[in-house]
Amino acid sequence: MTMIEAIREAHDVAMAADDKVVVYGEDVGFFGGVFRCTAGLQEKYGKSRCFDAPINESGIVGTAIGMAAYGLKPVIEIQFADYVYPAYDQIVSEAARLRHRSNGDFTCPIVIRMPTGGGIFGGQTHSQSPEALFTHVSGLKVVMPSNPADAKGLLLASIADPDPVIFLEPKRLYNGPFDGHHDKPLVSWKKHPLGDVPDGSDAVPLGKAKIRREGADLTILAYGTMVYVAEAAVAETGIDAEVIDLRSLMPLDLETIVASVQKTGRCVIVHEATRTCGFGAELMSLVQESCFYHLEAPIIRVTGWDTPYPHAQEWEYFPGPARLGEALNKVMED
Amino acid sequence: MTDEIEPLSLNVPEPGCRPGDTPDFSDFEIPRAGAVPRPPVDADPDSIRDMAFSIVRVLNKEGEAVGDWAGALSTDELREGLRHMVTLRTFDARMQTAQRQGKTSFYMQHLGEEAVSCAFARALEDGDMNFPTYRQAGLLVASGYPMLTMMNQIYSNAHDPLHGRQLPIMYSSKEHGFFSISGNLGTQFVQSVGWAMASAISGDTKIATGWIGDGSTAESDFHAAMVFASTYKAPVVLNIVNNQWAISTFQGIARGGVGTFAARGHGFGIASLRVDGNDYLAVHAVAKWAAERARRGFGPTLIEHVTYRAGGHSTSDDPSAYRSRREAAAWPLGDPIERLKQHLITSGNGRRTATPRPSGDPGFGDFCAETGRGRRHPGRWRCAQPARHVRGCL
Repeated sequence: MTMIEAIREAHDVAMAADDKVVVYGEDVGFFGGVFRCTAGLQEKYGKSRCFDAPINESGIVGTAIGMAAYGLKPVIEIQFADYVYPAYDQIVSEAARLRHRSNGDFTCPIVIRMPTGGGIFGGQTHSQSPEALFTHVSGLKVVMPSNPADAKGLLLASIADPDPVIFLEPKRLYNGPFDGHHDKPLVSWKKHPLGDVPDGSDAVPLGKAKIRREGADLTILAYGTMVYVAEAAVAETGIDAEVIDLRSLMPLDLETIVASVQKTGRCVIVHEATRTCGFGAELMSLVQESCFYHLEAPIIRVTGWDTPYPHAQEWEYFPGPARLGEALNKVMED
Repeated sequence: MTDEIEPLSLNVPEPGCRPGDTPDFSDFEIPRAGAVPRPPVDADPDSIRDMAFSIVRVLNKEGEAVGDWAGALSTDELREGLRHMVTLRTFDARMQTAQRQGKTSFYMQHLGEEAVSCAFARALEDGDMNFPTYRQAGLLVASGYPMLTMMNQIYSNAHDPLHGRQLPIMYSSKEHGFFSISGNLGTQFVQSVGWAMASAISGDTKIATGWIGDGSTAESDFHAAMVFASTYKAPVVLNIVNNQWAISTFQGIARGGVGTFAARGHGFGIASLRVDGNDYLAVHAVAKWAAERARRGFGPTLIEHVTYRAGGHSTSDDPSAYRSRREAAAWPLGDPIERLKQHLITSGNGRRTATPRPSGDPGFGDFCAETGRGRRHPGRWRCAQPARHVRGCL
């Protein structure tokens, strides 16, 4: 199934298991979301458990915090990650801190889903990758699946989590894996092993990375769409790289990362988000702190540029296999 | 008007009175007590639009309770209400002093606004949830929350239930229906709507209340709360405490050209009204009406509590830098404690023996021995000297 169908199924499983799970957001109810991730849920569970919200992200998150304080488990959709900023105060000052500031008197088990990333000609308002704005905030968990099976399992784990989770969905992967070669026809998830999503309610635990390709010479740290870019770059350069899909940025599976880099001695980090103070900077620090005496070469980041996301020059901005391949070669030469 | 177009200039509203000026509230229209009728709890918001421009008042100048909204509380309940307000004022005075003595870093008092939260609390039921700002500790005092626990929180000591994680007075008590105070402004207003929506989603009969100050109504979350409350007909009572000042900024900066804060509810189709926030009986009666309306599924109510912040914004604030020192004394709605006290005396229920005595504070009796003064100056505002009310018990 597609990632959209997998996300829908995770909602369905969670709503069937627990009537405290409620789902809402802009266009989420009758229509089932602009990406159709909640299609059919209103019909199945009724209008009081899946409904349309006014176009007010602060209100969507703010009401979810109130609902969580009551005892519900809201799973809310922000239509695009680019629209989340009006809700930033509610997320940072309220959701993230409620358990801490009330010393556990009130908690905030909410999941805030949002399509993220570029590659769809969405321009500056439908392409951003704001994960570092959330990983920087104490009290938030930040998750980004790269395939349908993980999307279902990680969403179920996020809904079961007792605290707020930011669930970032790489929209370029909704209908098929994407290796960065935009001029090639779309590959469907139906032909990909990770499109084979297990039935049932098994969760994929938060904080566990997945080694997507084992390798001896170099470690690539990637998440979301960049996992496929990394696989493509490895295939094109022929370098025996280990590709790690982080899946969960917070909590982070540092153990898997460190073991890999200590084995390979080289590390390249790739993300779509802007470079300065991006999550790659944090990864770089952690790897340096833990693996300094194992490193054979400086760590390199391949990222989006420090500019707003462009429309016409999307493929110059998007960190594709060519740019990543150059970095891999450079790290191997150093 | 000439054909020539003059250069534009920016309109920046100014309060009527700054330091050194003579306070003048002559423009402030105060309807007679009892003048505003009590509509049925299922009233169509459109049918009571005029209530957003009037003020529900129960106590008249003589201290009598008059009109449709009177008669909801027994004498014992009123005495208890007076005790709550005096307790809060006394507690405030002591904590204010404690801050000046360096025992705690920060405090915020309620001086002049005690009726708003103390009276409102009586209209709620167990299990309802308040989403307060930092100036509604009366909700805790009136619901029996231990004062010692409040002090432990304020002192951030080993017994602080919040383990020193929050600024003093940012209490949290789920058990007492008091949501964790954020300290950020306005965020809790829309959260209260979410809590109320959850009650409706769950088929419950509990209601939520949201609280916000006049200044913070300018925040986007105020708008968000109103939209969500209106759309989902949430069982919530949304309270604006208009105490005239947002730190140094007078309420006209947030209100702009609109007649009243309550009138903002009209655009959302929310039942909207104003109440005399210094009239314990009026606040309670209006709260009861709105709570019942919410609980019976008739939707949200927006209440503007018209009151006056007689003290500083916090212990970090000195109001004499931006408003007249005489303004509090000139405030035409008087002092909530004096007014309830006067009512109890006027109605023959305020004897010397009927002293409101806060538990554990045996020295407090002198307060009500002063009752004769209230009779001589029934409408007089005396909160400018807070210590005077409570000196006898310290």
